[in-house]
Amino acid sequence: MDLVAFFLEPLQYGFLTRALAVTVAAAVVAAVLSCWLILMGFSLMGDAVSHAVLPGVALAYIVGLPFSIGAFVFGAGAVALIGVVRSTTRLKADTVIGVVFTALFASGLAIVSATPSQIDLMHILFGNVLGVSTGEVWQVLVLGALTLAVLLLKRRDLTLLAFDRTHAHVIGINTRRLSALLLGLLALTVVVGLQAVGIILVVAMLVTPGATAFLLTRSFDRMLVMSVSLTVIASVAGIYASYYLDISTGAAVVLCQALVFTVVYLVARPDGLLWQLARRRRSTRGGREGAPARTGSAADAVLSQDA
Amino acid sequence: MMSTQQSAPVLQVDHLGVTYGHVRALDDVSIALAPGRICALIGVNGSGKSTLFKALMGLVAPDAGEVSLFGLPTTQARKRQLVAYMPQTEDVDWTFPVSVADVVAMGLYGRLGLTRRLRAADRSAVDDALERVGLAELRRRQIGQLSGGQRKRVFIARSIAQDARLLLLDEPFAGVDRTSESTMIDLLKTLRNEGRSVLVSTHDLAGAPALSDEAILLHGSVLAHGDPTEVLTPQNLALAFGQAVAPTSGEGDS
Repeated sequence: MDLVAFFLEPLQYGFLTRALAVTVAAAVVAAVLSCWLILMGFSLMGDAVSHAVLPGVALAYIVGLPFSIGAFVFGAGAVALIGVVRSTTRLKADTVIGVVFTALFASGLAIVSATPSQIDLMHILFGNVLGVSTGEVWQVLVLGALTLAVLLLKRRDLTLLAFDRTHAHVIGINTRRLSALLLGLLALTVVVGLQAVGIILVVAMLVTPGATAFLLTRSFDRMLVMSVSLTVIASVAGIYASYYLDISTGAAVVLCQALVFTVVYLVARPDGLLWQLARRRRSTRGGREGAPARTGSAADAVLSQDA
Repeated sequence: MMSTQQSAPVLQVDHLGVTYGHVRALDDVSIALAPGRICALIGVNGSGKSTLFKALMGLVAPDAGEVSLFGLPTTQARKRQLVAYMPQTEDVDWTFPVSVADVVAMGLYGRLGLTRRLRAADRSAVDDALERVGLAELRRRQIGQLSGGQRKRVFIARSIAQDARLLLLDEPFAGVDRTSESTMIDLLKTLRNEGRSVLVSTHDLAGAPALSDEAILLHGSVLAHGDPTEVLTPQNLALAFGQAVAPTSGEGDS
């Protein structure tokens, strides 16, 4: 089969072009957000919010509202609940997150099991991107564009918040409101992403692209660009893989993200595993005993220059 | 600068009390600091230095007393960009993907518009601040690729860019070699001579007299406040550190 046909053949199906649009849009928004999430240590929060939206999605289907409204209400509600429990107990954040999101996820399961005929649980959990309607495509595109616009508009403040919260406070920024904004945008991003890959796997889109880009660069702006580019490549590759190999679309997209991460993890300079091993071999051969095997060698070289 | 701000003390703390749960971190602390002074805040870990800093920045709610900066409530002082804070080295994520110039630019954010986009004047303010701390050549470098002394100077440059009138420095000499330390002290003295005030939290007893115009010995409450040589007497230090400490005991990193 020639290359053009390889790429064009799937696109003759409306459901596949819709899937491509939804997946790429969701992946781009999630990839931008992921750059702040991983720097703030909020990865688990992404997991929590995505699981916590299940009762919202189920209730929305029962009542006949757009799924995104129910999902957003419960996603934002979960964030608020975690914040309240955290600030009124001595428990650590990950503990509170664990308690809250499992409780909400379980109530979602209970609701779904009580009304089995109306809701396809598998579609909510693992995504049903091949079955999205044109209306749902628009929901994703509009919410995605909105989220992306706010993220990019506030990107310098968000980076400051992630880097030095105290300084943000000292120069008069309301850090509490800014955190709330970020978590609200996280809830929106989850809503956008769960159409594409489902509740369980949406966290991959919220973490992996940022993590991959972090390994590749020391500049935040470049990290944003790389995170987005890599996630677009992975999403498109995932959709095609899903078509030709006949595997779950959500799984294929997430696997492609993981594949990109793995390649970067192995070969990125200077921190990639292969470079680390090469350096370690070189340094033991050179007899530099006790030289730290960790990744800082570029920094160390720079420091000795300046000293 | 408004005249009310010029005449008012840089910071005025009256009968301040802060309690965490059942722990009284600060009790009846009263301090006034005149403009253009470097003041060393000396005490052991747990003596309330960090809590006092947090109270000055409005990060803890006092259960007694009042704090004002330049005659203003802390909220107003923050909104007017009057206060800058330099974090402890271990509180900074040195792997964070920001450059030296990025961090210094963050000093300006309080004066910038919604998106915090730098204009030409702002970029030259960043350049000037970098020039003053001697980091102009390293402006593009990621912050983790700096030496201990350079790392500290990035944050001093940030407060210069901010044009803050009161600098709060949290353990600025920890992990810094002697040469960098004396560079920093010279820098702080220049800033003081411009009329800025500097409050330095430290447990470096030996360095305090060389650095500061006055010293405060803190141990939950103020044990002594005045000329460094008068404050750092063996008797006072015994009270603050719980045991006899010779004031010339060098490193002071215990």
